Amino acid sequence: MDVSVSSPQKNFTYDFNQSLFDIPDGENIQACLQCASCSGVCPFGFAMDFPPGRMIAWMRAGILDEMLQSDSLWMCVSCYACTEICPKEIPVTQALMTRAKEEALLAGNVPTELQSALEFSQQYSNPLGESSRKRAAWTEELDFEVPIARKEKRPYEYLWFVGDYPSYHPRVKQVSQVVAQIFHVLGFDFCILGPDEHSDGDSQRLAGERGLFEMLAEKNAKMLSRCDFKEIVTTDPHAYNALKNEYPQLGFEYPVRHYTEVLLENLDKLTPLLKETDSLRVTYHDPCYLGRVNKIYDAPRQLIQAIPGLELVEMAHNRTTSLCCGGGGGGMWLDGFRWEKAESRLSEWRVREAVAVEADILAVACPYEPPRFEDATKNIPGAENILVKDIAELIFDAMNK
Amino acid sequence: MTEIVVISRLVPDLVEELEIAPSGKALDLAWLRLIINEFDNHAIEQAVILKEKIGANVTVISLEAEGVEDMLFTTAAKGADRLIKLTGLDEEAKPTNQSLAQSLADLIKEINPDLILTGVQAHDDLTGDLGPQIAEFLDLPYVGYISGVSVDGPLAKTFKEYPGGLLAEMEITLPAVLGIQASEQPPRYVAISKVRQMMSTASIEELAIGDLDVEGGFTIDRMYLPEAAEKAEMLEGSEEEVAAQLTSILQDLGLL
Repeated sequence: MDVSVSSPQKNFTYDFNQSLFDIPDGENIQACLQCASCSGVCPFGFAMDFPPGRMIAWMRAGILDEMLQSDSLWMCVSCYACTEICPKEIPVTQALMTRAKEEALLAGNVPTELQSALEFSQQYSNPLGESSRKRAAWTEELDFEVPIARKEKRPYEYLWFVGDYPSYHPRVKQVSQVVAQIFHVLGFDFCILGPDEHSDGDSQRLAGERGLFEMLAEKNAKMLSRCDFKEIVTTDPHAYNALKNEYPQLGFEYPVRHYTEVLLENLDKLTPLLKETDSLRVTYHDPCYLGRVNKIYDAPRQLIQAIPGLELVEMAHNRTTSLCCGGGGGGMWLDGFRWEKAESRLSEWRVREAVAVEADILAVACPYEPPRFEDATKNIPGAENILVKDIAELIFDAMNK
Repeated sequence: MTEIVVISRLVPDLVEELEIAPSGKALDLAWLRLIINEFDNHAIEQAVILKEKIGANVTVISLEAEGVEDMLFTTAAKGADRLIKLTGLDEEAKPTNQSLAQSLADLIKEINPDLILTGVQAHDDLTGDLGPQIAEFLDLPYVGYISGVSVDGPLAKTFKEYPGGLLAEMEITLPAVLGIQASEQPPRYVAISKVRQMMSTASIEELAIGDLDVEGGFTIDRMYLPEAAEKAEMLEGSEEEVAAQLTSILQDLGLL
């Protein structure tokens, strides 16, 4: 890259640098040691012209404009590996990478693949381009009714924020149906928003579309304000993150828990229902937004260990070092783009690790993962027989053995 | 400066199921969701690309409908300069292209543009005669199925697509009406924050559409979902038997 070094002045780089200070701990960026741990730990760092450490170096030299034209930003999966490892506690993902994507998006540098997901999110409130009126259609195959808050107005214990992929994706819908049945058997008093639910918007935010995120958050907040519930439960770590950490910044605050936490709390009711299953080796993939971002590492593992017959084994990358499935930060909508740049898939890397520990089952707890990892098992030698299951599916299987 | 007018229509969104209205002659508006006609979206993109290349004043005209403001503000965020919404339409009776073209022609005459762009067709108007009709009323040349335009002084060079993968390069003296098949680059994405900004800074001019000439054009007698007619006859048996039956049927039909 041929560029001339100019002295820092009031320009794009200066304004961009200043804008980082508005983000909590953003000023830590001034303390960057250039240790390059972030670039090294980044699962796609090898395919970036501007891995995070270099971005900071160039920003200090006052020549960051080139970054906007580069593809590096769109390789970022917002997995928080860089943020987790940074010795100076720089919010690399939340500040540097996300702000940079916002600037690129405003400048019109948006990969075409991502564009349609953003347009769909705006038009239909889900990135899949499905009819928003059919958001609760996944419940129709159940032999009991899942109440829709607006239709059956009364106070509920739980409002289940279902999410985009759990509502529409054919594979992930199966997980939603299983979760509904577990909640039903446990006698939970729960409702869903159904057609009134909008995308939580977190992945769109991390893909740089902050305005869209705010619009979706406002729509959800409006719908939630009309419902009477004690707390929100969700199967989607991205929705969980949005509701827990991002919506409050916009003035919308709700108590929210991931379903693994709620099920663990009900373990005494759940345990008698779990029958001895086949003796199987299970390895658990920590979703970035459940683990690294929100520090929920134990609840999913405790649930797996509560199922008789299953043996939990850990992959090389686990807990704080867990590998991203590749779906974060807009990755669900950039598969072709990223394959073209990197010729590698993070989901396949992860599945190789599951093969290495001779797992029978790769357990997951995020709706992005079943389709991503199932596809990967078809490509990786030795993974042909690995089953990808959400923890809820493992529990449901044990209940119905 | 080059003046460009784009006619942009909202059309039924096929993501939702379509319902027929009780009249049996139209779609049920209560169930419709409207989105921008994709070809018109390409026409807008082409206009904005031209503006970026040669400098132009872009006016986007659309008809009053649910969601039209959002659509117009989005085009403003892309680069359109003037937004016009035509009001006073009879909600029940969709105007024919002929009556619409006549009304638009009067308005376009006042703007006096060099180029008038519109989508070559719409999925609720496969006839695609809106562009040609406007050209007729304005006595201007029309070329349809365009996938790229450049302007050089009083001339426009266009690429027209023909079936079978043929492409023609055509030169047209301006002013002219073009039916856009595809813009030379895919329609761009604009950040929602920019659209929201336009909502507070840009303004939409509301102009009454005036009396539409309802004479001429066609009328809809009945609108209905495809109906199953006679069922296909399945030939059964071994390959030889099926082949023999097929031969005899084709012979009976006088095809062999």
